[in-house]
Amino acid sequence: MAGSPVQVTGTVLTTRRVEAYHALTVVAPAVADRFRPGHFVTVGVGGPYTSMLTRRAFAIHDVKPDYGGTVEFVFSVRGPGTAWLADRRARDTLDLVGPLGRPFPLPRDPCTCVLVGGEYGSASLFVLADVLQRRGCRVDFVLGASSADRVFGALRARRMGETTTLTTVDGSLGMRGEVTDVLAGVIADARADVVYACGPMAMLRGVTAVCVEFGIPAQVSVEQSMACGVGICMTCVVPVIDEDGVTRMVRACTDGPVFLGERVRFDDVGTIPFDALGAPGGRHG
Amino acid sequence: MAVDLRSYLGHVELPNPVLTASGCGGTGRELAQFFDVTRIGAFVTRSITMSPRAGRPTPRMAETPSGMLSAVGLQGPGVEVFAERELSWLAQRGVRTIVSIGGGSVAEYTALARRLADAPGITAVEVNLSCPNVEDRGRVFARDGSAAAEVVASVRAATRYDVPVIAKLAPDVADVVSLARLCVDGGADGLSMINAPLGMSVDVDTMRPSLAAGTGGLSGPAIKPLAVRCVWQVHAALPGVPIVGMGGVMTGRDALELVLAGACAVAVGTALFHDPYACQRILRELEELLQARGFDRLADAVGLAHRPAGAGPRNRIELEESSL
Ligand SMILES: Cc1cc2nc3c(=O)[nH]c(=O)nc-3n(C[C@H](O)[C@H](O)[C@H](O)COP(=O)(O)OP(=O)(O)OC[C@H]3O[C@@H](n4cnc5c(N)ncnc54)[C@H](O)[C@@H]3O)c2cc1C
Ligand SMILES: Cc1cc2nc3c(=O)[nH]c(=O)nc-3n(C[C@H](O)[C@H](O)[C@H](O)COP(=O)(O)O)c2cc1C
Ligand code: FES
Repeated sequence: MAGSPVQVTGTVLTTRRVEAYHALTVVAPAVADRFRPGHFVTVGVGGPYTSMLTRRAFAIHDVKPDYGGTVEFVFSVRGPGTAWLADRRARDTLDLVGPLGRPFPLPRDPCTCVLVGGEYGSASLFVLADVLQRRGCRVDFVLGASSADRVFGALRARRMGETTTLTTVDGSLGMRGEVTDVLAGVIADARADVVYACGPMAMLRGVTAVCVEFGIPAQVSVEQSMACGVGICMTCVVPVIDEDGVTRMVRACTDGPVFLGERVRFDDVGTIPFDALGAPGGRHG
Repeated sequence: MAVDLRSYLGHVELPNPVLTASGCGGTGRELAQFFDVTRIGAFVTRSITMSPRAGRPTPRMAETPSGMLSAVGLQGPGVEVFAERELSWLAQRGVRTIVSIGGGSVAEYTALARRLADAPGITAVEVNLSCPNVEDRGRVFARDGSAAAEVVASVRAATRYDVPVIAKLAPDVADVVSLARLCVDGGADGLSMINAPLGMSVDVDTMRPSLAAGTGGLSGPAIKPLAVRCVWQVHAALPGVPIVGMGGVMTGRDALELVLAGACAVAVGTALFHDPYACQRILRELEELLQARGFDRLADAVGLAHRPAGAGPRNRIELEESSL
C-alpha cells in the first residue's frame, strides 16, 4: 500500500527556532517518500527507558530530498514531551511513525483556495500551497495567532500567496482579532472555491461557519489527544456526520485528521451526541 | 536450536504465546499495515457488545507515569457488523482470533455467545468481566464472584464445545484467587489477567479530572507488578489452568516474567500504542531469552518461579530431580 505508514529511527539533521516555535528536521526517507500534504507523524519521546508511554503527534511541515528524504515538524513546548524534543540536537536519533492520517483532498481542476492557519496549524499549509499552485490553483493565506511571535510562516505566506492576511489577538501583527473576523472578506475578494484550515478546534468551527455561509467546502484538520495515532486505541474520536446522515464517533487519527468541516459536529466535541450511533439510550443501528 | 514456543489454551494449540490484548489491536486491519497478523499467537478483538456503542466522551486518554489512563467505553459497531466486516476479514486471512465479549447482563453475554457460536474463524472466546452489571446497579461482574461465575457458565453453555472460554479478570477485586476459582468452577477453560484497574488523574491547570469519564483503566508498565502478583497467586492456587498474562508487557523480559509467574501465554496492550511492531519484537526477545537460559520448550518455563528456593534453575525436570 503506497500510503501505509512505517516506523523508523531517524537522525536529527537540524534544529532551529522559529519565533516561539522549535523545528526539527529528521532524516526519514521512508516517511518522506510516502508523504502527502496534511499527513502527520508521531514521535516517541523521552528515550529508551522513558516513563512517557504515548507518542506525540505533529503535523509534517516540510519534506525535502536531502539524504534520501527528510521530514520537518514544528512545535511549541507544552509539557514534558515537547520539552524533551526541544532539547534534541543534530545527530540525535528520533523514533518516528508516519506518515499518518488522511491527507488534504486536492481539487481536480484549478480553482481558488484560501488556506487558514492558527498558531502552529499553519505549519502544514505550505507544502499544500505548493501542490495546489503546481496544479494551477490560486492560493490566498489567512494566518493568525495570539501574538506576533506565534504566527507561524508569515514571510513564506507572503512569498507564496496571491494575498496574505495576518491577524493577532493582541494586535502585535496584522489586524487585531481572529482569523474568522477577516475570512469572509478574503473569501469574497478572492472568489474562493474552497478553504483549507488547520488550527485550534474553536478556530476550525468558526472557519466552517463562514464557509457554510458562502456555500463552499472547508477542509479542516482537527487536533484531538491521541494515544496511538494508528487507529487502534479509539481515544481520539470526534462526532462526525457520515455520508448516510448518521453521526458516528470516528477516529481523528485514521478517519481524519482532515474532515469536511460541515460534517464535524464542533459544538458536540467532548460529548457523545444523543443521536450518535450507539449513544447511551440512543440509536442502535 | 529453536525453542518450541507452542502454547495451549485448553486443547487449542497456538504456535506461539504472544497475543494482542483486547481493545489494543483495533480491528486487525490497522496492525496488518505493520506486520503479518497471522504470525502472532492470536489476535484478541476489542470487547464486542450486542448493539453498537458510541463509547465515552473525550478526553478518553491521559498519560500517567509509566502508564496511561483510558476510558473508551467499549466503543464498537455491535456484534452483527463485527461478524460481517471484522471477524470475516480476520477469518479470510487465517488470523487466529479470540473474540472478547462484553455485556451488561448475563442474558447479553449469553446472546453474544450464541450469536458467535456458528460464526467461522473463532479460536476462543474471552469474557470481559470488567463490565458494569445493569441489573446490579452497575456493579462490575468481576467484583461479584457469583455473578461472574454465572456469566462464565452461560457463555460456556452457549459456545461450541471445541472453542475454549477464557474469563478475563481485573486486579481490583477483593480476592482474585477466589474469583478465578469461581470462574473455573463455572466452566472457564482458561483465565486472562489482568484487565486495567481503575485509576484517576486530575489536571492541575484546568482543575478538573483529566478524563471526561472521571475514572479510567490504568495500563502499561505501571501495573506490571499487579499483573505478576495476580498471575502468581492464581497459578499457585490453580496450577492446571492456562493463564494468559498481561499488564505492562513492553519487552521479552516482561513477557518472561509473567511466564515464570505462571502464564502460558502473554498479551500485549499499551505497548502496541508506542510500537506497532511490539508483538513480533516481544516474541523474538522472549525466544532469545528462553534460548539463553537453555530452555527447549516454552512450556518448561511456565510457572518456574514457583519452584522452591535452591531448586535447579533450568527446567521442571531438573526441579523434580533436585527435589528427590
Ligand atoms: C494530528 C495532530 C497534529 C499535531 N501537530 C502539532 C504541531 O504541528 N505542532 C505542535 O506543537 N503540536 C502539534 N500537535 C499537538 C501535540 O501533539 C501536543 O502538543 C503534544 O503531544 C504535547 O506533548 P507534551 O508531552 O509536551 O504535553 P503533555 O500535555 O504533557 O502531554 C501529555 C499527553 O497528552 C497528549 N496531548 C496533550 N496535548 C495534546 C494535543 N493538543 N493534541 C494531541 N495530544 C495531546 C500527548 O500526546 C501526551 O500523551 C498535534 C496534535 C495532533 C493530534
Ligand atoms: C485503550 C484500551 C482499551 C481497552 N479495551 C479493552 C476491552 O475492550 N476489553 C478488555 O477486556 N480489555 C480492554 N483493555 C484492557 C487491556 O486488554 C489489558 O488488559 C490492559 O490494558 C493491561 O495490559 P497492558 O498494560 O499491556 O495494556 C483496554 C485497554 C486499553 C489501554
Ligand atoms: S489515536 Fe489511537 S485510534 Fe486514534
